Amino acid sequence: MPVLEASNLSVGYGKDISTTRVVEGINFALNQGEFALMLGCNGAGKSTLLRTLSSVQCPLSGEIKICGENIFEVSPRELAQRVAAVFTDKTMAGGLLVEEVVALGRYPYTGFFGKITKEDREVVQSSLSLVGMTDKSKKYLSQLSDGERQKIMIAKALAQQTPLIILDEPTAFLDLPSRIEILYLLKRLTQEENKTILLSTHDVEQSLSVADKLLLIKNGAFKFKTAVDAVESGDIDGLFEERGIMFDKNTGRFIPKIK
Amino acid sequence: MSKKPILLLYALTLMLFVANLFWGSVSISFVDALNVLLGFEVDNKIAESIVLQSRLPQAVTALFAGASLAVAGLMLQTAFSNPLAGPSILGITSGASLGVAVVMLATGGIMGSISGSMANVFGAFIGAILTLGVIILFSIMVRSNVMLLIVGIMVGYVTNSAITLLNFFASEKNVFSYTIWGMGDFSSVSLSDMPLFVAISFIGILLSVLLIKPLNALLLGDRYASNLGVNIRQARVMLLLCTGLLTAIVTSYCGPISFLGLAVPHVARLMTKSSNHHTLLPATLLAGSATALLCTLVCSMPWQSGVLPLNAITPVFGAPVIIYVIINRSKIEYFN
Repeated sequence: MPVLEASNLSVGYGKDISTTRVVEGINFALNQGEFALMLGCNGAGKSTLLRTLSSVQCPLSGEIKICGENIFEVSPRELAQRVAAVFTDKTMAGGLLVEEVVALGRYPYTGFFGKITKEDREVVQSSLSLVGMTDKSKKYLSQLSDGERQKIMIAKALAQQTPLIILDEPTAFLDLPSRIEILYLLKRLTQEENKTILLSTHDVEQSLSVADKLLLIKNGAFKFKTAVDAVESGDIDGLFEERGIMFDKNTGRFIPKIK
Repeated sequence: MSKKPILLLYALTLMLFVANLFWGSVSISFVDALNVLLGFEVDNKIAESIVLQSRLPQAVTALFAGASLAVAGLMLQTAFSNPLAGPSILGITSGASLGVAVVMLATGGIMGSISGSMANVFGAFIGAILTLGVIILFSIMVRSNVMLLIVGIMVGYVTNSAITLLNFFASEKNVFSYTIWGMGDFSSVSLSDMPLFVAISFIGILLSVLLIKPLNALLLGDRYASNLGVNIRQARVMLLLCTGLLTAIVTSYCGPISFLGLAVPHVARLMTKSSNHHTLLPATLLAGSATALLCTLVCSMPWQSGVLPLNAITPVFGAPVIIYVIINRSKIEYFN
């Protein structure tokens, strides 16, 4: 059974007449332990699609299934135990300790007042150790660098103990070492923890080599390929062709088209 | 997280509450006041009536009003992801005031009777909720925090201009009673109104405690909270009703009191060194009570001209706090 499945999905904004369909005809399925990348230009609709898949936003039409069940047929609490999200949103959590932020990932498991049990605390600690941030647990979130904060948000997602993690540009605003670190951390989570991970990124060259599946968005159209297929079939090459950029298969780099 | 700041605030609140019973604009000997409070027969009947019918209700009012406004401010700051939000700066107090003005000036402004006060509370609640609704609408359109605050101040101005217009057409007596009310006063809840006042603010405070879990998730922003399973729309409606209720009950009885809602949550954050509502919310409740009791104490010091208006004192406490946190914001964890 696929962990995440979309059929005939359209995403966008608005209702009735004023509807803006951003991406249409989305069909794909991701299995357990798969590492999937979503690629496309700015404004292509990557964030819209990721938000819809993590059910923060409603789809215009079509169906999303997580672990075989339609997302509208499971309770918000149950859903929060199946899909965890990491966004680029600015938070107001600078005054929380790192371990408190990660403990928020236990939200769908805790009781009415959100009291953290001993078991929750263990999950928080193991999540922190998976991202290598154990020594920062007593620091305030605001004392961390951008890259470290991103790891903490990933630890929060891990503390949700979901089979699926969706990340919207987790490497944006980070320096090169942090970007590579985060990318390989996520890859490791698919291999060692058997998580299904879907992320959008602009670091195409860097991430192509580790991706299992690609979700390509171009001009509102959607394509789902394995990484190898996408390169062979020229879909990667065509991704930015309107911007005058082509993909050099030999070097695995994007270069400007020379006329 | 240590429990120390909470215990300190408990002790402080208790001390200030007791001080309010022994200290006031009329000087009463310590022994007399103690005897009255312990229920002994006292010869000094004036002392008895001052302690039991004036100081005690005023202290109880300050206790609940301070906690109510402070926790309303905290909820607004978290809900709007803006540490500079508060009931007065977002115009909600003005909205409540307009509601009271409409009721007061329409009914002839007889304060004191239960029915009149109930009408005031209702008017204030409608006014507060409507203003909150307007602010929430604007918050969807205006993404910038600072801009939203300015919109809130503008909404406050428009509301106040409506109040000015109402006052212009009202009788002199009504305008006078409205002006006095507008200066802020914790002694305005009569003994007969006390159960209603305490009950409603208690419900509001209880509701705020029940919202601790979603408030913590909202620190990460709407999308993260939604992904954690928070029903955002429902949480927002609850926060709106709760802050509206708390602002309305205090404003209708005690007048539009400035700065308690804005400044006290900062004092609580600086004391507890935490944004976690599990500690911050109780600390805010206590700090609100303590601040209100302290302001009352200052107001009823034996000044030449009797008791000072509350709104002459609260900004003196509140404004420096806000200026302090703004100047030091790069060093304060919860701003970053």
